[in-house]
Amino acid sequence: MALLQIAEPGQSAAPHQHRLAVGIDLGTTNSLVAAVRSGVADTLADESGRHALASVVRYSEDGVQVGVDAERFSAQDPLNTVVSVKRFMGRSLSDIQAKDASLPYNFSASENGLPLFNTQAGQFNPIQISADILRPLVDRAEKTLGGALEGVVITVPAYFDDAQRQGTKEAASLLGVKVLRLLNEPTAAAIAYGLDSGQEGVIAIYDLGGGTFDISILRLNKGVFEVLATGGDSALGGDDFDHALADHLQQSWQLASLSASERRALLIESRRVKEALTEQASVTASLTLAAGEVFEQVVDKVQFDALIEPLVKKTIASCRRALRDAGIAADEVLETVMVGGSTRVPLVRERVEGFFGKAPLTSIDPDRVVAIGAAIQADILVGNKPESDLLLLDVIPLSLGIETMGGLVEKVVSRNTTIPVARAQEFTTFKDGQTAMAFHVVQGERELVADCRSLARFTLKGIPPMAAGAAHIRVTFQVDADGLLSVTAMEKSSGVQASIQVKPSFGLTDEEIGTMLKDSMAHAKEDIERRMLAEQQVEAARVLESLSAALAKDGNLLDEAEAATIQAGMANLAQVASQADTDAIEKAIAALDDASQSFAAKRMDNSIRLALKGQSVDNI
Amino acid sequence: MNYFELFSLSPSFELDTALLSERYRELQRAVHPDKFANASEQDKRLAVQHTAQVNDGYNTLKHPISRAEHMLSLKGIDLSHESTTVKDTMFLMQQMEWREALEEISDCDDPDEAIEHLHQSFGEYRGEITSQLAQKIGSEEASVLEQAADLVRKLKFMEKLQAELERTEDALF
Repeated sequence: MALLQIAEPGQSAAPHQHRLAVGIDLGTTNSLVAAVRSGVADTLADESGRHALASVVRYSEDGVQVGVDAERFSAQDPLNTVVSVKRFMGRSLSDIQAKDASLPYNFSASENGLPLFNTQAGQFNPIQISADILRPLVDRAEKTLGGALEGVVITVPAYFDDAQRQGTKEAASLLGVKVLRLLNEPTAAAIAYGLDSGQEGVIAIYDLGGGTFDISILRLNKGVFEVLATGGDSALGGDDFDHALADHLQQSWQLASLSASERRALLIESRRVKEALTEQASVTASLTLAAGEVFEQVVDKVQFDALIEPLVKKTIASCRRALRDAGIAADEVLETVMVGGSTRVPLVRERVEGFFGKAPLTSIDPDRVVAIGAAIQADILVGNKPESDLLLLDVIPLSLGIETMGGLVEKVVSRNTTIPVARAQEFTTFKDGQTAMAFHVVQGERELVADCRSLARFTLKGIPPMAAGAAHIRVTFQVDADGLLSVTAMEKSSGVQASIQVKPSFGLTDEEIGTMLKDSMAHAKEDIERRMLAEQQVEAARVLESLSAALAKDGNLLDEAEAATIQAGMANLAQVASQADTDAIEKAIAALDDASQSFAAKRMDNSIRLALKGQSVDNI
Repeated sequence: MNYFELFSLSPSFELDTALLSERYRELQRAVHPDKFANASEQDKRLAVQHTAQVNDGYNTLKHPISRAEHMLSLKGIDLSHESTTVKDTMFLMQQMEWREALEEISDCDDPDEAIEHLHQSFGEYRGEITSQLAQKIGSEEASVLEQAADLVRKLKFMEKLQAELERTEDALF
């Protein structure tokens, strides 16, 4: 019988304990969850043996249905059945309607212009709907792995902007799940193929999913993945193949107008035809209208290829652009990895092979490869493989800038810069005696603000009155490893500061987050309070654990007095954390953070020194 | 911040970029936020800040122009906020000639050859300035450093010209 391990207070329990973490591919059409078990990463199946969960949610009088249960209703009840919600993430309602006026939903706009789906069960925004897709995946993982998850890695298209990344992270936090990292889908695919071990060179990941296309150029070097460039189109995917075929059929059957459910049925039929054409030379498409009228037509591969050729061409043009950004020629690419169900389409494979001049890798199921890679990364991040030397260096997909006079964009961080990154830019006042300055943060490559995506607006107030041009306002952009931005502005002579964690213009208001949290908890104030207490206790444990590990390892960096202060703070936090006062725990964590600040900085400097130890031969 | 110190490299214009990349990866391994995914918020914050610094240092040292600028700034000559001015008339005349050649490319009988020719002349000229810069930038004398600063300004001109050539090339094909 194994003996139970009891740790001394303040010491970490069982350092070799396997921590539970999973990778989640939150896809446009399907979502998957994967985990590393006994050293092997694989997707997890539900009770009926299905791995993929259709990313479809239905809100009706029967409650919330997700996956196949919801998908069954997508044709007959389109108003209450949300498909491809990922396409709406981080987008304003006006953006969405400008792009596609024929969506079969009943929308209203939130306070910030976010789309709200009006359903029988109430109003839901894309973040809530994404959380409803994540929930059964998390439940499935906890049931299969037999315990609570310590963290998840969620994949996002490399092309996702700040608002879309924020939204994805918020969806997970609605479930109270800790996001270890937002991982770019193509990078996950490269990890799944184990390209990090053994190979050195440049690889391209061609990822054509249901709703998004990504091309990423990565360089591998001794376990380090460096993203050289990314490109693509966040509104181009296999769904567009279905639309192209559906439009063609609708036209040749001379159907001027279809009801929402007929159009949905036509799209489902188009998808079936597309999938069948990967194996067969021709397929008969058929549609039965509500009135009972039946339409049929034979579609062959040549016709289908002609319909989708312009879309495939667009993806190849993106590949060319990404290679140019990376400064790489097509024949320097060592391997091409295919990701996403739409890469099963023969024309896509032909064109990719033609462009890169070699057959792409397809041995791992292109629908599961991203989740598998995410699981491998989650396993490492949560601390199960301390000896792993896998390191992902990502780049920011779109430039970040600030609006200046005349609606022009001043770029502060340019596209494809390695993250995390911090950049500062100085601005000055326009008028004498100006005491406030409004900032508008945008993301995109174009020179006019109107052509970029608005991310956030904030104001720096309390600038001492000075002559125009005399104030020095330093604006610092910081982008973390997930690609999320925070901005601070400071007037240098007076030290007046303003900072914000960028809340996307089309994100949620604090109030909305509050309500959503309440809704997602289903009831009552005490539930929320209990959860907040639990979260603080977990954070307290995390702080204590990492500090004791740090003291054990680097305690020699401290003198006795410093060590004593930290020990006292730890004892205090340990004591407070055992009680049920959320505020007190939060304060004790802050106090300990404060007391250990210089220790943390010393350790970081020390690890930098150690990293280069023995290499400093030429530093005289 | 002295980036040469951060990377444990001796401050030199002729930098071993393979060694720089190697050290970059070693430093990333030590400070990247992913190494702190399970640590406290404070450690995560510090990791983000340090990694941002390492990234910045790497980008600065990787490219010859920003590397030279960094070396000059360590010696008290700051070029980053000035609007570039070069008073060398010969140089400015040459710039104007090249700009005219750029504008005329689309009317050429053989634009390919004209572009190739410009690429070559730009490359040769850049090489010449860069080798002069390499000799002067290590100096301790203020007057020589001023000359080095002027060479950096010229390289910035050449960089813009090169970008324009590439844009012209893109527009043709």
